[in-house]
Amino acid sequence: MKEPIISFKDYSYQYRAQAAPTIMDINLEIYKGERVIIVGPSGCGKSTLAHCLNGLNPFSYPGESKGSLTICGMEAATSGIFQLSRFVGTVLQDTDGQFIGMTVLEDIAFSMENDCIPQEELITKTHAEAQRVGLLHKLQDAPHALSGGQKQRVSMAGVMVNQVPVLLFDEPLANLDPAAGRDAMELIDKLQKDGDKTVIIIEHRLEDAMYFGADRIIMMENGKIINDSTPEELFLSDKLVKAGIREPLYLTALKYAKVPLTADLKLENWKSLTLSEAEKQKIRDWFFEQKEKEAPPLKNEVLKVENLHFGYTPEVENLSDISFTVREGDMISIVGKNGAGKSTMAKLLCGFEKPGKGSMYLYGRDMAEDTIKERASSIGYVMQNPNQMISKPMIFDEVALSLVMQKLPEEEIKERVHETLKICGLYEFRNWPVSALSYGQKKRVTIASILVSRPKIIILDEPTAGQDFRHYTEIMEFLKELNEKGYTVLMITHDMHLMLEYTTRSIVFSEGKKIADTTPQKLFADAALLEQASLKETSLYHLADMCGIDKEAYIRAFIEYDREVRR
Amino acid sequence: MSAALSYIKKDSPIHNLTGSTKFIFFFVWSLAAMLTFDTRVLAVMFLFGIVFFKMSKLTWENIRFAVYFMLWLIVVNILALFLFAPEQGVSIYGTRTEIVHLFWRYSLVWEELFYLFNFTMKFMAVIPTALLFILTTNPSEFAASLNKIGVSYKVGYSVAIALRYIPDVQRDFREISQAQQARGIDLSKKDKLVDRLKNSAAILFPLVLSSLDRIEVISNAMELRGFGKNKKRTWIVERPFTKADYLAIGIAFLALVISIVFMCINGGRFFNPFI
Repeated sequence: MKEPIISFKDYSYQYRAQAAPTIMDINLEIYKGERVIIVGPSGCGKSTLAHCLNGLNPFSYPGESKGSLTICGMEAATSGIFQLSRFVGTVLQDTDGQFIGMTVLEDIAFSMENDCIPQEELITKTHAEAQRVGLLHKLQDAPHALSGGQKQRVSMAGVMVNQVPVLLFDEPLANLDPAAGRDAMELIDKLQKDGDKTVIIIEHRLEDAMYFGADRIIMMENGKIINDSTPEELFLSDKLVKAGIREPLYLTALKYAKVPLTADLKLENWKSLTLSEAEKQKIRDWFFEQKEKEAPPLKNEVLKVENLHFGYTPEVENLSDISFTVREGDMISIVGKNGAGKSTMAKLLCGFEKPGKGSMYLYGRDMAEDTIKERASSIGYVMQNPNQMISKPMIFDEVALSLVMQKLPEEEIKERVHETLKICGLYEFRNWPVSALSYGQKKRVTIASILVSRPKIIILDEPTAGQDFRHYTEIMEFLKELNEKGYTVLMITHDMHLMLEYTTRSIVFSEGKKIADTTPQKLFADAALLEQASLKETSLYHLADMCGIDKEAYIRAFIEYDREVRR
Repeated sequence: MSAALSYIKKDSPIHNLTGSTKFIFFFVWSLAAMLTFDTRVLAVMFLFGIVFFKMSKLTWENIRFAVYFMLWLIVVNILALFLFAPEQGVSIYGTRTEIVHLFWRYSLVWEELFYLFNFTMKFMAVIPTALLFILTTNPSEFAASLNKIGVSYKVGYSVAIALRYIPDVQRDFREISQAQQARGIDLSKKDKLVDRLKNSAAILFPLVLSSLDRIEVISNAMELRGFGKNKKRTWIVERPFTKADYLAIGIAFLALVISIVFMCINGGRFFNPFI
């Protein structure tokens, strides 16, 4: 039997400000060279567990541990964060915030500099590491100027350079678009195989994290470990569904087709999946049973963009020749790589920036002369991070803010705020401070603060970024409800599930151009287009491929069936 | 963003000096300019400043805004000096050569004009080197150079990181204020001052909160990678001193010595052409 490299024994950790331990009864052994994925809903204690491993607990977030945690034979409680950092290298979730150096070179060298390694050695080692992650040509660039995937590479190089035996990834996929996420997982896979590293990945996007397989999946709930098994065993059980974690799509698809799940199917990921002819037939049978729904009739135009051009500086055109139409009651996803022009488009619609050429029409009226304020009465914009929007300590005041600015009579303000809070399911909280809310609830407050001025169109920037499945469903069902009430919703997103499950149209941007305006089902059946949009195929695509059925139709059938089931 | 003063990458003898050299040069040069009121010394220093600037390959476009801004400050400064002490020059130089009487206690006096001219020259002698220090020092090297001249690396790094976050905070500010404007919060001149102050709180509150988030992430990232582990650290961007560095520092000290020598010759800080 191999020696465990990390070992928790009856371990618990309680933060100083908390009345009860955040994680408890942890008994877990991780062996050298293993790849372990830790999943669980927000607040289940997975981040706390990670912070105990890298020393942020208790050194940055004070608290008390009980039981024992040994890492490479060292007792964690008595060794400092610096000592632990020699064994556990951490890549944080926030790809932008964690850069320290002004250039890639400095960022990779940072931890070696702190170890007082002489300059010559610094230079050779940094170059070697940069070469390993394929960034040798980017050494003098600022990390912030890189693409999402490259940023992730810099962070990885920065911790790998220390020759740490354990690599800890805290939600490595949260801020990456799907294609960059796939590349990141590939790199992790490669680095692990080259260097005999132990890899621990904390992630709630299980299917994406499993892209290159894993030895074990640890599942946590309410601070305890509720599953510790191979992926296959977990997938054969119904624990994922019970814990409210999204199971891989191909698994759901097999269940819908009533294919009995057995170990023979090699369920670990879609690449290992092996289906017999009988099982494929079951999927085909299920598919042919599904009836296509009629497309709803086209409604009135609310927004029209015509031949829009824009550049932040005169030399560079950030958007060129954009045209599209939004109809009443549309629920649209705006997708594409970071920097493709999605957010810029939203800013132009809201009037934050002025287009160079082209026009935008709201209900057929040119809105070129409208001020930000005037547009805001028809088009509401919700930023990605609720902390960037909330400016009042109390919920009522926050939601009332725009009405107070309009100097409406107090009675009317009260009435409208209460009405909006009811729509948003926040009425009971109306007298609460904002700080008492969860992230998802804060997001609702920001949406409420926009809805209160009764816009017809709402634009949301990454409404579900960093949300677990439960919060994702909560936010999206809420938006869907709004949509059904007649609001037109535009969402800028990387989330493939969101596009597929909730939107009727996807507008794809690439390098400042609109390259597609289609249904999400068509988008996800078109491999070339997906590549350009920095998305990737879902496992449904591969499943349809395996069974030899039309991909677009299959994806559509699945999504429609899934919507019915989840209702 | 052309108005912002930040590092401009170029290949020039000035850029190739180490950050420490430029810092020391700026410090000593300023000291020399501060000490003396001798027109001749200051004029020569100013001329050298222009020469250094030419050597740096920077263009007038790079500094235009900053120079106008500083000129404006100087003008305000000089007007204030004149308003509060119109006869300062007279008491310094001991003679009074009136050109024309203006009104009340204000007259144009040669001695005062000369004094104010020297005052301006002090700025003129320092401005080119100050601009050069800011525009030609790679921010990466900034912390390393502070550390080299004895400042704790933690302090140096905090300054460097703070400087680096300025653009990020600016971007946050712009985005937050746009989103708040969409909610009807107006910061334009149309509103009363009290309202505008109240409204700016609506932007500052989220700005502070998101900056605090930023700080938490970066400080965790730094600790996890061993920042503060040892009393010392090494720097990958640090460059060794070359002949040019020693020469530059030599020039700065020479300026300081000349400034002091002329103080001795003049028997004080002022060069007096009036006797």
